[in-house]
Amino acid sequence: MSVHLATRERVITLADAIREGLSESFARDDSTFLFAQGVADPSSMWGTLKGIGERFGEHRIIEMPIAENGAVGIAVGAALNGQRPIISFHRVEFALLAIEQIVNNAAKSHYISNGRHKVPLVIRMVIGRGWGQGPEHSQSLEPLFSYFPGLKVVMPAFAADAKGMLIAAIEDDNPVIFLEHRFVHYATGHVPEGYYKNALDGPRVVRAGKDVTIVATSHAVLEAVRAADVLEEIGCSAEVIDLRVLRPLNTAPILASVRKTGRLMTADTGFVRYGIGGEIIATIVSESFSALKVAPVRLGLPEHPTPSSRGMVVGYYPDAQRIVREVGKLLGLSEDKLEDALKSLEEQRKNLPIDVPDPFFKGPF
Amino acid sequence: MSRTALKSRPRVVPAPAEERLLDLYGKMLRIRLVEEAIADHYGEGEMRCPVHLSIGQEAAAVGVCEALAPSDKVYSTHRCHAHYLAKGGDLKRMFAEICGKAAGCVGGRGGSMHLMDVDKGMMASIPIVSSSIPIAVGSALADKRLRNGKVTVAFFGDASIEEGVFHESANFASLHCLPVVFVCENNLYSVYTHLRQRQPDRPLRDVAHAHAMHALHGDGNDIEETFRLASEAVARARNDSGPTFLLLDTYRWREHCGPNFDNHIGYRTAAEYETWEVRCPIRRLRGRLGASLTADKEGAMVTEIAAEIEGARAFALAAPLPDPSQASRYVYA
Repeated sequence: MSVHLATRERVITLADAIREGLSESFARDDSTFLFAQGVADPSSMWGTLKGIGERFGEHRIIEMPIAENGAVGIAVGAALNGQRPIISFHRVEFALLAIEQIVNNAAKSHYISNGRHKVPLVIRMVIGRGWGQGPEHSQSLEPLFSYFPGLKVVMPAFAADAKGMLIAAIEDDNPVIFLEHRFVHYATGHVPEGYYKNALDGPRVVRAGKDVTIVATSHAVLEAVRAADVLEEIGCSAEVIDLRVLRPLNTAPILASVRKTGRLMTADTGFVRYGIGGEIIATIVSESFSALKVAPVRLGLPEHPTPSSRGMVVGYYPDAQRIVREVGKLLGLSEDKLEDALKSLEEQRKNLPIDVPDPFFKGPF
Repeated sequence: MSRTALKSRPRVVPAPAEERLLDLYGKMLRIRLVEEAIADHYGEGEMRCPVHLSIGQEAAAVGVCEALAPSDKVYSTHRCHAHYLAKGGDLKRMFAEICGKAAGCVGGRGGSMHLMDVDKGMMASIPIVSSSIPIAVGSALADKRLRNGKVTVAFFGDASIEEGVFHESANFASLHCLPVVFVCENNLYSVYTHLRQRQPDRPLRDVAHAHAMHALHGDGNDIEETFRLASEAVARARNDSGPTFLLLDTYRWREHCGPNFDNHIGYRTAAEYETWEVRCPIRRLRGRLGASLTADKEGAMVTEIAAEIEGARAFALAAPLPDPSQASRYVYA
């Protein structure tokens, strides 16, 4: 039976899962269409658009002129008038050119119109790191979008969830910012076939534990799971929570976990200051101060832009090693024990350069 | 006249008949009197939001909207009162909105700069310069995909063509041959700054040619000319011949924002204002109507409009403010 299941359950990349999500939605609803720059590029946006144009035709996958603010405004206008557009930005930085339309019209049309207008719009944005992309091609700007009531902001970490959340985002009557970390495009996992939705309802416990709660986003979830694996080897039980939905923020599962573990760490892909981790910790401290045994810890990027050179990004990203070390401090674990865990991680990583996706993130998770 | 006759093919637009001219006169006069009522009562402190009056610019709103079918769509700006009324927006709900009342057209969420009446095709007013232009283009894109024959109008001012997103929108609309009309009301000023300080000396209509778009230019204070040009632009859009840039020359009589005249504060001259006052769109049409509009008939018209305005104002003043609990509604659909 298990053999049968193993052959039946497909393992595909998160990028392929997104492509499937798009295809399933396109096949189901004629009002969906996608705008992007370079829709016919051979790279097909990390494969996420591969074959969609051929299958559904030019009227469903529209080449977007190099005009980001215009494109988002046009998509909002189409959304107000019965369409379900999807926009893809190959780098989040290009979405900055569209911030006016996102903040003023996408986020507020439902509100300003006293509930009359709806904006069923999905804006995909690729964030993250790798291959010397540098200060203006690899930022993680999720707190910016998470600031505005009216927007939904989601960050998938797992392939199956990415497909289900994308389909849910397309069905949603609100503007959804769908943030894809470049490295998680390569992560693999079991992905069901067909049309299914994963609710945009908040965090999921992806690894149960009792000693510490690690709340992470996107690629940092994968690092946290990996850290939790080696922590387990040294007798420490970490609970990893995939935040999934940054806005509207549902902190109930995090509160429940912290009441159990008494310890909280956040690890996200953006800056520490004014970041997602800060918001999570502020909420938990305000609502459940007495549940905490020690001061929470937040991990993220330091106070400088991302340099291109792999020489300067050493230690820049919070990885599994840093998570293990910080969990060690939170729990007062012995140095010897920690060294064992860190050694184990080092062996897994071997001499892999810092600027390419880690093959560890081949699922299934 | 049957509105459906406008659908799907361009038509030769005859000069407006007498009856229509009378109707247009009444529509412009109504907008003028509404705006003057706002100005007259603004100081009473019941209309507690910025107001950008369209006095002097009524012909552009009425002439363009007259060329549209009821199911066609309009998107406007901060200076939206005339567009809202010309497209059939409810007057009571407009006053209520400006007074911040629950019965306002958007429940008190937007105020004077966000007037909309979706059932009348007055889809949205957005007070960031050019912000509503791509929305209008997206509206036209949706309608083209749905093949429903509807036409969208984007109203905006001369400063809008300085914004990048105007060009982004024009490029896209032209590329995809969308059923949209870009109506630029050139009133010469962006707040207190004259056009010549903001743009090189060039024919404004030529910006459309950079986007391979049909362009029309007319006297926006001449309702007959405005209606004729708008009808041509709308027919082109309806006939799948693509977007048109319709440039209309006009002038804002009062201050950028607020109820007052401001010829004394130094950014424009009284002499300039007077040359435009002579070109008042309402007075000009009145001159053309001549004896066909008798003093009695005109008096009755004014009385009827004044009564409607007083009724709408009274409705707004008597209406309750929205409950604070409403403020957190409609964040998410």
